[in-house]
Amino acid sequence: MELFINLFLFFMLVVTALAILKMRHLFAVVMLSGVFSLLCALLFVTLDAVDVAFTEAAVGAGISTVLMLGTMALTSRNEKMPRKFSLMPLLVVMATGAVLIYGTLDMPNFGSAKSPAQTHVAAQYLALTPTDMGFPNVVTAILASYRGYDTLGEVVVVFTAAVGVLILIGGLARRRHKDEEEAN
Amino acid sequence: MFSLATLALFLGMCIVLARLYAGPTLYDRVLAGNAFGTYTVLFIGVLGFLTGRPDFLDIALLYALINFVGTIAVLKYFRYRAIGDTSPSPKGKPVLHGNLKDQGYKH
Repeated sequence: MELFINLFLFFMLVVTALAILKMRHLFAVVMLSGVFSLLCALLFVTLDAVDVAFTEAAVGAGISTVLMLGTMALTSRNEKMPRKFSLMPLLVVMATGAVLIYGTLDMPNFGSAKSPAQTHVAAQYLALTPTDMGFPNVVTAILASYRGYDTLGEVVVVFTAAVGVLILIGGLARRRHKDEEEAN
Repeated sequence: MFSLATLALFLGMCIVLARLYAGPTLYDRVLAGNAFGTYTVLFIGVLGFLTGRPDFLDIALLYALINFVGTIAVLKYFRYRAIGDTSPSPKGKPVLHGNLKDQGYKH
């Protein structure tokens, strides 16, 4: 049953991706990419990575959809037909995919107790968190203390991205607004 | 029993995805997207019982919340052509642009 669920979800993922490629109506593409994110989230849930799944659903299906709709309000609703069919992007994607699959070859099996994630620092974190921090939540201890600088870096990256998007979209909207007022 | 429910959910997902692809109107697509979100919530619930660990049932609640807020955001975009501030502009000219037909929108 688990195999069937995984196969079905991957099948739906491929179908959705092909549909996104084929669609020229950009609103449908936005909705389909939301569905794509939800399917990814479901796959993460079946892998027991519920936190990753939730981030994927919130960012992919929630914020990205809203951002893309906001962008669509500033640009066109329909995708232009490509002038010619080019083979290069397909080749690049295939090569990247092949490299990624090659990279998974020597990874430990899913759920393996001998994987580096289980054998190196994880045991230490589990043992030391109660005495180091004084509270039982190991995930919080790792994120906020053991890997505090890492988290700080992530926060900076997310903040920079948010500022960049706001400048891009906000600036464009303001310019449009000014143009309209001048035209009136 | 839960396997059967999973199969039924998958069937529903396929149908909804077909509607999302085929359209033809915007509202079909919004509704299909929303329905797909609901199927996601249901599937997370069923998956918990299928694997015998219904610990993540409350996460399904959060997905329902995201789905709701997302749908509201999309519909608000339709109505006002903007996601953020939709209050009337300072000059007294309302930002509201009327419904989609008035703007010559073609489905």
